[in-house]
Amino acid sequence: MNEFGAVLQARGLAKEHGQGQGLVRAVDEVDLDVPAGQMLAVTGPSGCGKSTLLHLLGGLERPSRGEVRLAGRRIDALSERALARLRRRSVGFVFQAFHLVEELSARENVELPVLLAGRSPRAAKKRAAMLLERVGLADRARHLPWELSGGQRQRVAIARAMANEPAVLLADEPTGNLDTAATLDVLRLFEGLRAAGQTLVIVTHDERVAATADRVVSMRDGAFVDDTRLAGHATGGLGEMFGLEY
Amino acid sequence: MQDAVLAMLAKEPSHGYLLRERLRRALGPLGESMNAGQVYVTLTRLEKAGLVASEHAEGLPDRPDRKVYALTPAGQRRVAAWLSEVSWPKPNLAEFHLKLAAAAAGRLADPVELVDAQRRELMRRLGEAQRAVLAEPDGSTAGLLLEGIALRLQADLRWLEACERVWSKVVDESEDA
Ligand SMILES: Nc1ncnc2c1ncn2[C@@H]1O[C@H](COP(=O)(O)OP(=O)(O)OP(=O)(O)O)[C@@H](O)[C@H]1O
Ligand SMILES: [Mg+2]
Repeated sequence: MNEFGAVLQARGLAKEHGQGQGLVRAVDEVDLDVPAGQMLAVTGPSGCGKSTLLHLLGGLERPSRGEVRLAGRRIDALSERALARLRRRSVGFVFQAFHLVEELSARENVELPVLLAGRSPRAAKKRAAMLLERVGLADRARHLPWELSGGQRQRVAIARAMANEPAVLLADEPTGNLDTAATLDVLRLFEGLRAAGQTLVIVTHDERVAATADRVVSMRDGAFVDDTRLAGHATGGLGEMFGLEY
Repeated sequence: MQDAVLAMLAKEPSHGYLLRERLRRALGPLGESMNAGQVYVTLTRLEKAGLVASEHAEGLPDRPDRKVYALTPAGQRRVAAWLSEVSWPKPNLAEFHLKLAAAAAGRLADPVELVDAQRRELMRRLGEAQRAVLAEPDGSTAGLLLEGIALRLQADLRWLEACERVWSKVVDESEDA
């Protein structure tokens, strides 16, 4: 961590695809500091670069230019091996389409990253049991992904993302495939994680998801066009704000 | 509020303070900021209008919270009419729409900035509402009110997004010209 307490930091971060006439600036010179424990939402129209930004922040893609620091450490120039290790241990990913291993049970899906991080099967089992309990799926531990609802699969994916106590949880449209009730379940989980001090970056189209964040940045054409802090700014109580009339 | 107070008296007469408690419970988190006096002011108005009658219970102080209120026949007719009514609150979008039009026409302010400021404010409100939704247990009827508020704010935010998209083009064109 650096002197500002930012878990995640980007400077002049850029990612381009193609060249000449076909050049696409997916992420265009972005600066970002995400302090420890912040829940940050990233919104913006389709194609504005949200997923690319998330991939750069989590070391899934390499930037064309600029720096990314995770927990104070430059990750943009790491070797493939070091990067893979970092992704396994320090970053948790959650995707719209869940990306669970279909042949493995819920419990095995959560155990896998713990085992890949070099810990014992016993430790993995214990951690998976604890996490599945936390996402309310202790009774589904033996189920295969196709035996679970979309909402349940996403909760397993969140448990998996938390397997190695990542410095940051990155989620790309985590509620994009879910109905309102399942979305609320996921948001309650995020709320719990945030309360426990977890740093989260969530890409979303859903205003109701973004509104639960501490801070919302809006992107257009690869750049940030707005950065709003939400928490603690509302004036008056709910009743006052939503005007009961007499 | 007047109609709701009347309807809550339809089954049986009630003490002022009990009525207030029932309203508060039905409103859930939104009821927490409900001013106690407002219910009593409403009851006093309804009494003046001949829709409720009050009885001062023996041995209790002569205050609206301690009095027992009952519907008059006129009050009963009004409750029946209210229940069968299908009116619905009108969202007042025209005012904001005209604010943008006036700001642009008179060069008073950048409509896109007005939209952005409005969007930030609604996002904060939605955050409050949405956090309250998350705090409600599943199946809570009071939570439904919060759900309705959150859905409306979401619709308003989507409208503001459309406003931004179109006004930023209008502004660009006028700058090009
Ligand atoms: N591998 C690639 N090759 C070429 N262009 C790409 C590649 N990946 C992304 N892009 C382009 O970069 C831009 C940003 O894409 P990105 O997927 O980050 O957008 P997004 O904001 O996540 O969109 P959505 O909301 O639809 O998921 C788009 O114009 C996209 O076409
Ligand atoms: Mg995307």
